[in-house]
Amino acid sequence: MAVRNLLQAIHDALEEEMRADETVLILGEDVGRAGGVFRVTEGLQEEFGPDRALDTPLAESLIVGSAIGLSVNGMRPVAEIQFADFIPPAFDQIVSEAARFYYRSNGAWNVPITIRAPYGVVPGGALYHSQSVEAYFCNTPGLKVVAPTFPKEAKGLLKSAIRDPNPVLFFEHKRCYRLLKEDVPEEDYTVPIGEAKIHREGEDITVVAYGLVLHTALEVAKKLSEEHGIEAEVVEPLTLYPLDRETILASARKTGKFLAISEANITGSVTAEMAALVAREAFEWLDAPVMRLGAPDIPAAAFARPMMDAFVPDAARIESAMLELARY
Amino acid sequence: MEKTRTRHEALGLDEGDLIRMYRAMLLARRTDERMWILNRQGRAAFVISCQGHEAAQVGAAYNMRPGYDYLYPYYRDFAMTTVLGQSARDHLLSLLGKKEDPNSAGRQMPGHFSSRELRIVTASAPVGVQYPQAVGSALAFKLRGEDGVVLVSGGEGSTSEGDWHEAMNFAGVRRLPVVFLVQNNAYAISVPEELQVAGSIAKRAEGYGFPGVAVDGNDVLAVYEVAKEAFGRARRGEGPTLIEAKTYRLTAHSSDDDDRRYREREEIERWRQKDPILRFERYLFEVGVLDEEKKEEISAQIKAEIDEAVEYAEAAPFAEPEEALERVYAEA
Ligand SMILES: Cc1ncc(C[n+]2csc(CCOP(=O)(O)OP(=O)(O)O)c2C)c(N)n1
Repeated sequence: MAVRNLLQAIHDALEEEMRADETVLILGEDVGRAGGVFRVTEGLQEEFGPDRALDTPLAESLIVGSAIGLSVNGMRPVAEIQFADFIPPAFDQIVSEAARFYYRSNGAWNVPITIRAPYGVVPGGALYHSQSVEAYFCNTPGLKVVAPTFPKEAKGLLKSAIRDPNPVLFFEHKRCYRLLKEDVPEEDYTVPIGEAKIHREGEDITVVAYGLVLHTALEVAKKLSEEHGIEAEVVEPLTLYPLDRETILASARKTGKFLAISEANITGSVTAEMAALVAREAFEWLDAPVMRLGAPDIPAAAFARPMMDAFVPDAARIESAMLELARY
Repeated sequence: MEKTRTRHEALGLDEGDLIRMYRAMLLARRTDERMWILNRQGRAAFVISCQGHEAAQVGAAYNMRPGYDYLYPYYRDFAMTTVLGQSARDHLLSLLGKKEDPNSAGRQMPGHFSSRELRIVTASAPVGVQYPQAVGSALAFKLRGEDGVVLVSGGEGSTSEGDWHEAMNFAGVRRLPVVFLVQNNAYAISVPEELQVAGSIAKRAEGYGFPGVAVDGNDVLAVYEVAKEAFGRARRGEGPTLIEAKTYRLTAHSSDDDDRRYREREEIERWRQKDPILRFERYLFEVGVLDEEKKEEISAQIKAEIDEAVEYAEAAPFAEPEEALERVYAEA
């Protein structure tokens, strides 16, 4: 076991996959010589050369479009979008192209690409380095969308994404990059796409969360247990699309009380899908209204610290929502 | 006195090549014409057309090694895909959206070509998206040190899209083995070239650091010649070339379009005089590769092939409705 943070775990997955499969290459802005603006790809160009850790022009549609072309000609590209906020120029290549190649060719052409996108609010990031854009992609058949939070799952999921024959969007919460370290296996392993993880078992309420707010939810769950004897079951979806409906529903049916939290703008976010699912499929087990917590419907996120802090559901808001649900 | 070498001999083409090129052009044209008839009879829902573009398409694609080089076509490339090996039957099955349609099994509109065997990469409807994909496939050839070439094509309207410029730039930066073929037919639906294109398309290549040539797109041998040079450069590792083939769309944009709203009949008539197929026929007669008898014979063969294709495609089954639910995700 090695002790790694999220950023290092992602780096390790890339390095190991590039060593194991010579068709794997990374491309994007500043990923090569600089090793990425967050240093995720540091050292890869030294080891694999400028053709496999490839600096592209500053052109997101090109990055994803050329990744598609690489993939249909025998390569396994991992494209980095420097910040998720800059993914809109590549939107067409992702949603209209990568997602549909397989379907529209009746299974003749598939697109095994991975698109990494650092997302989420960070201090100093302001309106264009803070967004959680995952929902844009979570109603597009043909895409898979994953968003791990902890190093161990991130490493295994990134390997799965690279090996997957479909386009996979891989969202990395920037504020989680160096938040904590944990033991990460050194031997080769994968975490399957499409399976949620139960981080904490509990009987009283179900909380589903991902990204920074998952860490907060886990802290609050511990606190509620110690101070109030309330046992929250905390579930991380890991894959946001297609969702692991069974795990989410099983937990909701077990506890009868359901809360979904994310840092994205609340309207139309991925938590809405979970809420609809639980409301329809677990209705007879429910003892409280389905609840959601998210960011207000304002652009993410203001630069000044107090305004920024107000954007992301914090421990206090999460605690009061969990308490409200538990006491309902 | 020794006979001077003909144009095609100078290009390294023999009589067999000429006949194959001619057949592909004529087959595409006649198939296209039949598709319009089926549409006007209410038997085909939608037609988009290659009429007028046959020389540009066949001249360029005749340089490809089918099944090895990659083609990223656009929706007019019926003659291009014909040269690579798609048949009238393939086109008719696609027109009618039948299960056997090789492009998409009835999932896409006609004109959205695809064939894994022929390395025709599945085409989309949004204009211009194929260019970044094409340079990606060219990059893969280059990274592996293979001498494959990617041909990517589109209309002049597509050169207004950012994707075109992004791809041109990357191809130039990395000297990728890609040939950009712009089929400039003077209109993007109703918008004429002067409202679409600033300056010259061909000259833009210079700004991206590689050659750009404008060529008479109605002269199949002229297009073949510049494309041969472009493919040669690409295979030798010398990088991309842009070819602007100047041509004209003889039909409306599609079966849903009424081009009387935006262009004069006289203009079309003028271009009909320059029909690339008639022009090639004249050449073939001049060099003695074609005579009336041979022309009739080819024409009859093509008609029979299309008759058979229509009959076959009309009788062919649709995919079961439930098949629409399948093949969304590839299995490992
Ligand atoms: C991104 C996008 N915008 C608009 C359209 C609708 N559209 C289809 S074809 C076309 C004109 C394209 O003109 P050009 O590239 O010159 O090709 P041509 O049809 O003339 O061969 C338009 C506007 C589209 N398919 N994609």
